[in-house]
Amino acid sequence: MYVTITATGRHAGDLTFLLHKHPDRVHVRDLSVGRAHAFTTELQQDRCTVALLLEVDPVGLVRGATRESFTLGQYVNDRPYAVSSLLVVAVRRMFSTALARTCAARPELVDEPLNLAVHLPALPSTGGETLVRDLFEPLGWTVDATALPLDPAIPAWGRSRYLDATLTATLTVADALAHLVVLLPVLDDAKHYWVDEAEIAKLQHAGGDWLATHPQRDLIAHRYLAHRRDYVDTLLERLGDVAGTAERTTPDTARVPRSASPSTQEPPTRETLAHRRRGAVLAALRDLGAATIVDMGCGPGALLGWLVRNPANTRVVGADVSAGALAKAERGLNLDRMPDTQRAKLALLQSSLTYRDDRLAGFDAMVLMEVVEHLDADRLPALERNVFAHARPRHVLVTTPNREYNVLYPRLTAGGLRHTDHRFEWTRAEFSGWAEPLAAAHGYTVRFAGIGDADDTHGTPTQMAVFTRKDKETA
Amino acid sequence: MILGIPELSLVVLVGATGAGKSTFAREHFGPFEVISSDHCRGLVSDDENSQDATRAAFEVLNFIAGKRLAAGKLTVVDATNVQRHARQELVELARAHDVLPVAIVLDLPESVSLARDRGRADRSLGAAVVHRQKDQLRRSLRGLAREGFRAVHVLRTEEEVRGVRIERQRLLTDARHEHGPLDVIGDVHGCLGELAALLAKLGYVVGTDDDGRPVDASHPEGRRAVFLGDLVDRGPDSPGVLRLAMGMTANGHAYAVPGNHEHRLVRALDGKKPNLDHGLAETLEQLGREPAEFRRAVRGWCYGLVSHLVFDDGRLVVAHAGLKEDYHGRSSGRVRSFALYGDTTGEIDEDGLPVRYPWAQEYRGAAMVLYGHTPVAEARWLNNTMCLDTGAAFGGSLTALRYPERELVSVPAERVWSEPIRPLGGAARPEDELRLDDVVGRRVVDSPLHGRVSVREENAAGALEVMSRFALAPKWLGYLPPTMAPVGTSPLDGFLEHPAEAFGAYAAAGVGHVICEEKHMGSRAVVLLCRDASVARRRFNASGGETGVVYTRTGRAFFDSPLTESLLGRMRSAVAAAGLWDELGTDWILLDGEMLPWSLKTGDLLRDTYASTGAAARGALSAAAAGLAQASGRGLDVAALQSRVASRSSNADAFTAAYRNYVWPTDGLDGVQFAPFQVLATEGASWYTSSHAWHLDVADRLVAADPATFRTTARLVVDPSSPESVASGIDWWLDLTGAGGEGMVVKPLENHVVLQPGSGRAGPVQPGVKVRGREYLRIIYGPDYTEPDNLRRLKERSLNHKRSLALREHALGLESLDRLVAGEPLWRVHEAVFGVLALESEPVDPRL
Repeated sequence: MYVTITATGRHAGDLTFLLHKHPDRVHVRDLSVGRAHAFTTELQQDRCTVALLLEVDPVGLVRGATRESFTLGQYVNDRPYAVSSLLVVAVRRMFSTALARTCAARPELVDEPLNLAVHLPALPSTGGETLVRDLFEPLGWTVDATALPLDPAIPAWGRSRYLDATLTATLTVADALAHLVVLLPVLDDAKHYWVDEAEIAKLQHAGGDWLATHPQRDLIAHRYLAHRRDYVDTLLERLGDVAGTAERTTPDTARVPRSASPSTQEPPTRETLAHRRRGAVLAALRDLGAATIVDMGCGPGALLGWLVRNPANTRVVGADVSAGALAKAERGLNLDRMPDTQRAKLALLQSSLTYRDDRLAGFDAMVLMEVVEHLDADRLPALERNVFAHARPRHVLVTTPNREYNVLYPRLTAGGLRHTDHRFEWTRAEFSGWAEPLAAAHGYTVRFAGIGDADDTHGTPTQMAVFTRKDKETA
Repeated sequence: MILGIPELSLVVLVGATGAGKSTFAREHFGPFEVISSDHCRGLVSDDENSQDATRAAFEVLNFIAGKRLAAGKLTVVDATNVQRHARQELVELARAHDVLPVAIVLDLPESVSLARDRGRADRSLGAAVVHRQKDQLRRSLRGLAREGFRAVHVLRTEEEVRGVRIERQRLLTDARHEHGPLDVIGDVHGCLGELAALLAKLGYVVGTDDDGRPVDASHPEGRRAVFLGDLVDRGPDSPGVLRLAMGMTANGHAYAVPGNHEHRLVRALDGKKPNLDHGLAETLEQLGREPAEFRRAVRGWCYGLVSHLVFDDGRLVVAHAGLKEDYHGRSSGRVRSFALYGDTTGEIDEDGLPVRYPWAQEYRGAAMVLYGHTPVAEARWLNNTMCLDTGAAFGGSLTALRYPERELVSVPAERVWSEPIRPLGGAARPEDELRLDDVVGRRVVDSPLHGRVSVREENAAGALEVMSRFALAPKWLGYLPPTMAPVGTSPLDGFLEHPAEAFGAYAAAGVGHVICEEKHMGSRAVVLLCRDASVARRRFNASGGETGVVYTRTGRAFFDSPLTESLLGRMRSAVAAAGLWDELGTDWILLDGEMLPWSLKTGDLLRDTYASTGAAARGALSAAAAGLAQASGRGLDVAALQSRVASRSSNADAFTAAYRNYVWPTDGLDGVQFAPFQVLATEGASWYTSSHAWHLDVADRLVAADPATFRTTARLVVDPSSPESVASGIDWWLDLTGAGGEGMVVKPLENHVVLQPGSGRAGPVQPGVKVRGREYLRIIYGPDYTEPDNLRRLKERSLNHKRSLALREHALGLESLDRLVAGEPLWRVHEAVFGVLALESEPVDPRL
């Protein structure tokens, strides 16, 4: 990992004093992550460059890695080369006096702006050159950056996420370093250490008077504080006192996934639609008089809380194939703090629609809310048998997207589905073409309803089928 | 006095306080067998005398007794039990677990009890209590036998008590000592000709009486026959069949269990008047021509038959109508009724026959269950059970299963002796039903050949999501590839892995020859290829016209369906051109191999991790090198630093070169190649005991047939005990990896090897170890792993968990193949396959 700071112009030579690094020596600091070296590569009347080289110990990094810092969990990673929080540690240690705005030898120079150029030969940016500009330009920097190719021998792969960047500005050395220690990890968006509360003060200190008014303040806060919402709120509160404004919104760009981002976005009315879907399902259950209910594919439990709180419901089972989702549901529903009467009627079970599970038999209703489209079509026969032949609840509620409606989502490409994990989405005709013979084969009746704003041609965004068993047997 | 107690029973001690029950129990039964109410009082209240705790204490007592009985353990209840309702509860408990309740009453004179009670300083209950209990006991005694106890033993004096010896009696159903081999014969129904033919075909020699009537049959190798009941009715000669079967059992050449037809026959012979339908009238008429003495013998023999039999240490259970697991080795009215009639729902179907509850579909027991009762067109395995009634009297066939060989032997019926009421076969069952308890929870997958493999609950839970949501439907997954351990860490300088360790380890294990196979840098892939769509439909329950699947090591489809079919089409032509369909006698084939290029499936990983690391390294290291050159020019001493940066730079180049070897562009199927290295299974055959030379020969023939689709695997056979041979193996590996190869896999040439006890080290040998190339390992351990200080630390890796995992997954893999080719039901195959996926979620160093 390598970075250089160059000063040009009248006071260029003062750089070595300001950084507290004798130009004729190689300065070495041993850090937990490796060994840092600082040395002067050029020293002329009007031009001086100090380099910082960090030799990362890759094996030590992996061995010391905790579960939280997943990026370091692999021996093959860019940490030994790319600018990251590791480098920031080195900068803080190697240039601590400069950051502290002290210079014993030449105290008068501390507040003197220099013409500075910072060269970062492998700067990762999860927002490309634009993000570098957005972060640095408001602070007076000029950005000159070129993307490195992913592999020069394989041109088809295109550009990497690394920039060869040179940042120039006329600033005091201390300000320049403060900008770097805050913004470099923000660009990288991955810290090698566990972020605790002390980071809030660190950021506030390094951000000094400029962070509060920085246009990307919220993004900086989110990423620097490892997306810990409570820390971000604390910081923004404190900054609010300083800046007099504290707008509480999370910028959409705050978390750009490193890769494999969903190819499509949920439609813009997502919140509303999810809300209405839940409302429609709850209303349907109420109308059916269902008191014992299985929410199959309950996920983190969006519906369960509502079901449990309704005193008319006597038994509620949240079932999901994902143990992780159930753990989330357990936390999200605060099971350990739930009143006994509610807790007693709720059970969370790991189950799967493709396996027969006799624990799910004998309920008034089973809800499959936005579930079927997450199964491959050739697994549907297993689902049908397990739900309609074995579990045989009195009612089955199935909601699923109405594919016809997709044309009204501008961000969906033609023929695209609403979620990368959807294996299929049905038109209304396809849905009823599945549901009606299914109901007939298992002795159920079925009726259909739409959920969400109806379009004259394309129907509603979500469609629901309510199956009701014809016979009166209870088991 | 000898008291006979069934080996599995609930022994209820009855007697007043001070009658000596606890002493009696201690003398005659094991410490865990006896559950004392006083002890249970202590457990729940810290006070053995607390009458307040009675209710809770008896709940605990019942609970423990219930658990023991469920586990098939004799249990003794040490409580006064002088009140009828207390005893009734225990009788019901015994019935609930289908064990026999036995009462032992200590009816000693009141003076004895009183004396003992007074002797208990701390816990004397007093004369009034003792007297009341004694009184209750006296009133109980008369009706005790009618309360449901199988036997009531009453001891009235201290002398009697002292003279008692308890003799545990084997249950009548217990034939666990009989290990076979056995020939289990389905419903004969009076078809004497067919029975004689079947016995002859099985190798029995039939003996006749003076009138030439068969009266015995014995097997020269000492095999024994087992009759599954319904020997009589419908066929032409029920007395003849009975004569033969009775002779065989009398001479120790056969066992028999009763069928519902024998049950009816006994009632008829006893003068009761059952319906004379289903052939009973003819049987009675045939018997009427026999002497009365024979009829009496028949009546006695049929009456004495025991509901079911448990053989071979519990591994085999036979019962006429089958038996669910809870009832194996149990005795009760409902067990007998189940064994005779099956689990009927009480309903009558449209043919006027009772609706039978499909117990076998839900059977999950470890014991094999063989039964008859319901005629089927073809005997088939279902959850380790098989119905052997193939309708001999209805013009079907008479069938036997050889145990333990599991071979079916049958002879066709000579004619239709009786018109079937409905077509043979019965109701269809869902072919692909899987139940959650087939796969989740802590599981032990039993493999007769490869041992028992445990799967932890949390790992099964982890696999459930992958299997349910991302893998192909289970019907397609007959096998998932196991993980493979790397070779032992090399002590040689500069090498983390080296072939010398592999050869050394196999030589030490006594493996004669090993085969080194080039390791292709692709993605592990399993190909299931059917000869055509109808085969896929019939054998794998395909529903969408597919002719097979191509899947990854976690069971995900490699390609979308059109591409898959197109690849399968090419492979099908090659298999046909190589003549393998006929040669292997199959119309489907399951192949294990490697799909290339690596970039096909791992494009994201390659770009986001490997290429990105290379790009960052080039950028940072070149700038650092330039800066250091300048600093050096200024006279700074940076020589050591410069040399390290130069070394890192060349490591990064080597790293980049390493991954580039495994990247080439593909378009559709163009550029895609499959390198098969093992024929996993074909119809009726798994091939893991065939030499790897044979497997690679099959692969070569596929390559010859279509070199664009199939890729050959370079190989070399090495004798690990010969230094020259080992040296050639090492050179071969150095050449292979020097040219950019990933490395090689070293396997015992003869394939699956289990060392026999006595041959040095018993137990399974690693089915293969991988020896990865020095350069290739840069993409596993990082570009700079070869730096001495890094390599020293990396050599501290521990391989034990990985090795154990590899062996366990291998065992499960073979088990799934065994089950697949034996045509076992889907859940049985899936159980083993799921186990592999579950084990894969055990946390282990992913770099191994």
